[in-house]
Amino acid sequence: MTTETRERIDISMFEGHVKPTWCPGCGDFGVLNAVKGALAELGIAPHEVLIVTGIGCGSKLPDYMLAYGMLTLHGRPLPFATGAKLANPDLHVIVVDGDGDAYGIGGNHLIHTARRNPDITHVVENNQVYGLTKGQYSPTSEHGYVSKTSPRGSIEQAITPTALTFASGAGYVARGFAGAPKDLASLIARGIEHPGYAHIDVLQPCTTFNKINTYDWYRERGYESDEAAGVSDRTAAWDRVQQWGDQIPLGLLYEADPPNPTYEQQMAALQEAEMNPVAGTAEHDPQDPRYDALKRRLFS
Amino acid sequence: MSILIGGDAGQGVESSGGGFALALARAGLGVFATQDYRSQIRGGHNFYTLRIGSEHDVRSQERQHHLMLAFTPETVEMHIDALAEGGGVIYDERLKIDADAIRARGFHAFPLPLGGIAQEAGGSRVMINTAALGAAAGITGFPTTTMEEVTRENFGAEIAEKNLVVMRAAAEMTRERHGEEFRHRLAAVPETGQQLLLAGNQAFAYGALVAGCRFISAYPMTPATTILEWMTAVDPSFGVVTKHTEDEIAAIAMAVGASFAGTRAMTATSGGGLALMVEAIGFAAMTEVPVVIVDAQRGGPSTGLPTRSEQPDLQFVLNLGHGEFPRIVLAPGSIGQCFEVAWRAFNLAEQYQCPVMVLTDSYLASALRTYPADYFDTAEVVFNRGKIVAGDVATPSGNDGLYQRYEITGDGISPRAFPGNPHTIHSVTSDEHTEAGHISEDADDRVPMMDKRMRKLVTAQADIQPPRVFGPDVADITLVCWGSTYMICREAVELATGRGISLNLLQFTDLWPFPDGAEAALNAASRLVLVEQNFTGQLGQLIRQETGIEITERMLKYDGRVFNPEDIIDHVAGATVA
Repeated sequence: MTTETRERIDISMFEGHVKPTWCPGCGDFGVLNAVKGALAELGIAPHEVLIVTGIGCGSKLPDYMLAYGMLTLHGRPLPFATGAKLANPDLHVIVVDGDGDAYGIGGNHLIHTARRNPDITHVVENNQVYGLTKGQYSPTSEHGYVSKTSPRGSIEQAITPTALTFASGAGYVARGFAGAPKDLASLIARGIEHPGYAHIDVLQPCTTFNKINTYDWYRERGYESDEAAGVSDRTAAWDRVQQWGDQIPLGLLYEADPPNPTYEQQMAALQEAEMNPVAGTAEHDPQDPRYDALKRRLFS
Repeated sequence: MSILIGGDAGQGVESSGGGFALALARAGLGVFATQDYRSQIRGGHNFYTLRIGSEHDVRSQERQHHLMLAFTPETVEMHIDALAEGGGVIYDERLKIDADAIRARGFHAFPLPLGGIAQEAGGSRVMINTAALGAAAGITGFPTTTMEEVTRENFGAEIAEKNLVVMRAAAEMTRERHGEEFRHRLAAVPETGQQLLLAGNQAFAYGALVAGCRFISAYPMTPATTILEWMTAVDPSFGVVTKHTEDEIAAIAMAVGASFAGTRAMTATSGGGLALMVEAIGFAAMTEVPVVIVDAQRGGPSTGLPTRSEQPDLQFVLNLGHGEFPRIVLAPGSIGQCFEVAWRAFNLAEQYQCPVMVLTDSYLASALRTYPADYFDTAEVVFNRGKIVAGDVATPSGNDGLYQRYEITGDGISPRAFPGNPHTIHSVTSDEHTEAGHISEDADDRVPMMDKRMRKLVTAQADIQPPRVFGPDVADITLVCWGSTYMICREAVELATGRGISLNLLQFTDLWPFPDGAEAALNAASRLVLVEQNFTGQLGQLIRQETGIEITERMLKYDGRVFNPEDIIDHVAGATVA
């Protein structure tokens, strides 16, 4: 796309055909606006984007905007997205899922995607509760949190997601707030620009099922992390990514400098072949003499 | 002629057998090689068998062996009953093996100082396997030329030279001491021309590559692992992305993601891994994303028999997943058929936009067989991607809503489009959906969409092959099989011809949708014998479900060891007499 075309991209181009079914005041609205805003800010057109989601209220997001979308299974969007990215590295691939997806059922994929470092932006709508199934505790619910499956209070420690992805090797770790969609859009845009896996944990209030972790609760505790002091020092970052409770840092908490090499950059089949897998299949000719030569060389 | 090499895991039974097989193949002999091993790196009895003959002689292993290379006394104890008349045993004279006991059974005992030769000629007893192979060459009169060639390829120059000295010394000593005693000979057949030697997994992987598969994600699991390994070893210039994932769920998810992006993608696993993939296979069916899944079966349930061959997953793949969805199930019967089934699987997956599951098993996946070099002919490969929206047609803009990913069509197939195309922007969802792909729970959307998906199976019958008859068109007894038991049944049909038994074979490669022509083929037979490597006779169940025909005469085996062709002959000969 030319620069001129890119300049013509604005947020309205991502307008979807379906009206969201989210509850009034749901933090998911903020996330939807932030995702659209980030793409418009970067001049990325709807057909250049693939948004992959899991299961939960927030994961219905691709249905409510215009872009390529894949609404997948609970906890599995990261590997679906990785497959699409490796098949066509030209796509901008964004994963949007929830705390149940990313930190619960899909925890294994989170760890391995972080260390693997595909160029995927991962936005986790973390409302510290299971909303779509109507109010059970989640991996990020506080110890003592009362819910339908923890009526005497949760007896498990909560995961601190930013510490988990940082420790797993993520090169971009941030925390946003659905109540501040402009700041969130900027964090997502920078995550898209970051070469490699970018994790953006989003404080996203569930107005119906979480009466504790509300907009006000987050506003009282969230503070803007001082980016000017530098974000690439791992020792200092380790404090920031772990901090939770009365003081919750927001913004970019860690970014590797220089960025870690991406999975795609290190994969010989993507670097040495003339075509990526999608183009390779499209242009495929089974009668190409290379195949017969390969057979005779390898099997005799 | 058949040779058995036996010893403990870690003694190099497989590498000796594999090297010998390649040397025989290069010398122009037909070879069928299979191994029997355990799920442990060291210890435990392993053995490798090499059936050697002309090109057409090597469809399966045979029950009896003519020469045994015993690396342990246990090898002799376990396999002496399988020696054929005039058979012999080569072993290191230091082993506690009773030569007289072997001779008392009417067999030849060839105790040789194999370790001593390795030590003296090569400088280390480690080369004792090489000495044994040299002895095998010496006793059969097989020229060591091609064995030397293979040795040079397998070892660095210095080590190779030492091995060659050992091999020649052992061959010479064996010739001098016992050259006249053993009547089975192996001579090179130079007029054969170039041959291929490969296993089912390699044939499948090669077929996938030629089919345009450019993505495989898998988690290592015996006996499927070598498919991923082979694809990974292909030169990067072919552009095949291979991903060893964190688990089987990621493996299937990545393959489906890659396929959605527009490439041909697959995964390969065994029963336990397939169990983990089930939910995502349903997702591929719901979103109509093509994907090829290989289940290289082994004995189950649970970890079961990790290194053993069975066919226990047919009913599993026919029925796996919650909800009802279209799927295609194929089962190659031989190494040669693995190639054709591979490229057909990718075509069918894209034509019918559904999961295609391919069943192999440990035996088929791992056994090696020779084929002429012009076999696996790429000229026969058809490349059909089914209905895909061309990049420049469809609609002028992505948001006018004209492209409907799940357009209701007469044949059930809706044209696909890939991310990156500005004219076809859409999303797909795990939920039931509208023609445009949006989530819907309306009955008015559900029923036509369900009908559309299921209709694809009716359409697919056009590309489904009926079971094939091998042997005489009409016979007193008809074997019915699927998968790797084909190799054994096919050989049994050949043996039957020589023994005046009227026997033919009906082999199913395409199992679902159940082939239209199957019922007539079954009804044409006078007496059906079902041959399967499982407890419940799963093809028999399928046949009864689909045709009402119940096959009451069944040869079922679930001990993890494959049938021998002679077992089938014994059964049908017995049945004939009775």
